[in-house]
Amino acid sequence: MALEFSAESEKRINEALDEYYNTQAALIPVLYIAQDEFGPVTPEVMDLVAKRLELPRMFVEAVASFYTMYLKKPFGRHHIQVCRTLSCHMAGAQNIVAHIKKKLELEAGGVTPDGKFSLEEVECLAMCGSAPAMIINKTNYENLTIEKVDEILDNLD
Amino acid sequence: MSELVLSKRFNTPDSHLLSTYEADGGYQAARKALDMTPEEVVEEVKKANLRGRGGAGFPAGIKWSFMPKDDGKPHFLCVNADEGEPGTFKDRSLMRFDPHQLLEGIIIGCHAIRAEYSYIYVRGEMWDEKEILWNAIRELRAKNYLGKGIFGTKNNLHIAVCTGAGAYVCGEETAMINSIEGKRGEPRLKPPFPAQVGAFGMPTTVNNVETISNIPHILKNGGEWFASLGVEKDGGTRMYGVSGPVKNPGLFERPQGYNLKKLIFEDAGGMLDGRELKAVIPGGSSCPVLKADEIDIPHNYDSLRDAGSMAGSAGVIVLPEDACAVKAMANLAQFYAHESCGQCTPCREGTHWLNLLIQRIEAGQGKMEDIDQLLQTCKNMMGSTICPLSDAAAMPMEAFVRKFRDEFEEHVRLGRCPRDGRL
Ligand SMILES: Cc1cc2nc3c(=O)[nH]c(=O)nc-3n(C[C@H](O)[C@H](O)[C@H](O)COP(=O)(O)O)c2cc1C
Ligand code: SF4
Ligand code: FES
Repeated sequence: MALEFSAESEKRINEALDEYYNTQAALIPVLYIAQDEFGPVTPEVMDLVAKRLELPRMFVEAVASFYTMYLKKPFGRHHIQVCRTLSCHMAGAQNIVAHIKKKLELEAGGVTPDGKFSLEEVECLAMCGSAPAMIINKTNYENLTIEKVDEILDNLD
Repeated sequence: MSELVLSKRFNTPDSHLLSTYEADGGYQAARKALDMTPEEVVEEVKKANLRGRGGAGFPAGIKWSFMPKDDGKPHFLCVNADEGEPGTFKDRSLMRFDPHQLLEGIIIGCHAIRAEYSYIYVRGEMWDEKEILWNAIRELRAKNYLGKGIFGTKNNLHIAVCTGAGAYVCGEETAMINSIEGKRGEPRLKPPFPAQVGAFGMPTTVNNVETISNIPHILKNGGEWFASLGVEKDGGTRMYGVSGPVKNPGLFERPQGYNLKKLIFEDAGGMLDGRELKAVIPGGSSCPVLKADEIDIPHNYDSLRDAGSMAGSAGVIVLPEDACAVKAMANLAQFYAHESCGQCTPCREGTHWLNLLIQRIEAGQGKMEDIDQLLQTCKNMMGSTICPLSDAAAMPMEAFVRKFRDEFEEHVRLGRCPRDGRL
């Protein structure tokens, strides 16, 4: 069955189209709207976005593939992104990652079998002054310790 | 303590609201500027000696004066909030705690360059900041501070937030313009420069968040006042970020030309847990590293250039003595290899080759020739690419190898990392 945007997504798409200079300029936000609704940006999602914005399918794919925040593979309900870059590394990011891997029995790039968590190591998140830092979905967490990570993860449903 | 300009309201409750900002005199500078001619505004900014805070330090007033006059085309002001340079975390706070300071700067800047459109390009991961900016924009629209005939003048202005989607290279101004247009964020060849052919083919100025946030203060208190806060040719204050093992990491607003050693040992509290200082990266990961005995200098564009480095984004990264220099640079080499957009062969191949070589040396599997290979590769990567990312990857590597060659050689001799990869 072909995908369709929900009424809520349609509303957000129309808002984006009002804000930007032309239809093509709305592509970056619309790909996020699609990801929020459907999960990974798969070929079917790209078909839908291309149709909705009346842009060439190849163009949509070229853009979606360029940016790392459009996830092409399945990800968990809680997508954990831990910064690996220098300041976070010096503050112990490697221990945080190792702990999450062990606790959730998860590898970087993987998803837990229940689909609850996925883990990714990412580059500098502009929180270096409060390292180590991570983002889960759209929420920032700073000054991480093992205890703090346990508390955060244990409180997610 | 020195005068706070940009971060004065950071600790005020509800500092992000229009009511808070207006109660503190907000939008008076915009009213004043809109009564001036664009040329007069540009002159005031020139007098201020405001240099771009995005990294290159280009004088803002001069950049604005490149915008054409009477060309009949729509003009754009694109604000760079992509903040992705490792070690940099100032624009996030400027947007979070004082979005109206930035928006007032945009209103003034758009008048100066005759722009009717402004896009704030915020890096994708900054979800809260995007929302804060949108809310602030809605507050302004409701009062007709944005839209048609703003503040009762003939000026029209549309401001919107654009979002990045995870690509460091989109911080480069022409890549950002492509991304704003909804395209792949690949840098464009210059010329033509954005002031001639920028966003949507129209004359465009790109400025950093911190650069623009300074504008209301310059209009309010005058260019000469702003210039007097800093040093010669470098006016105002700077949002210095300090990260790494110091007692009190974070953001410090200090005058341009603030002593780098003092910043680390007084403001940031000195080294954590009695560790010794080994080296400092003074302005984000792309700036050549300074050894501990090279940091008793003013932090500003000219002084750091004279010291063989750069002021960059003023994101100061502190490295302790017990950390492995090879490991530190290897961490950054991985970043650059990941972020090259791949359009230019020297950059695409060079960043990967540097990463491969240095990871091999760090792992104890390198050869002595690999060290010279690193330097040779750096040479081939510099000055020959579409954008400066290639140089930004090569410069720090070259400096690390030159200044810590003994550590690189020790890895090869021992066949392992003498510090077990400690950072
Ligand atoms: C690879 C690369 C990344 C950059 N990232 C940023 C950034 O995140 N923020 C920024 O303001 N400037 C960044 N710049 C510099 C911009 O190209 C541009 O010079 C700057 O935004 C101009 O604003 P300014 O004159 O106000 O500093 C980057 C440059 C390069 C080459
Ligand atoms: S220098 Fe690197 S990042 Fe810049 S355009 Fe060339 S390949 Fe892309
Ligand atoms: S290095 Fe991790 S947030 Fe900057």
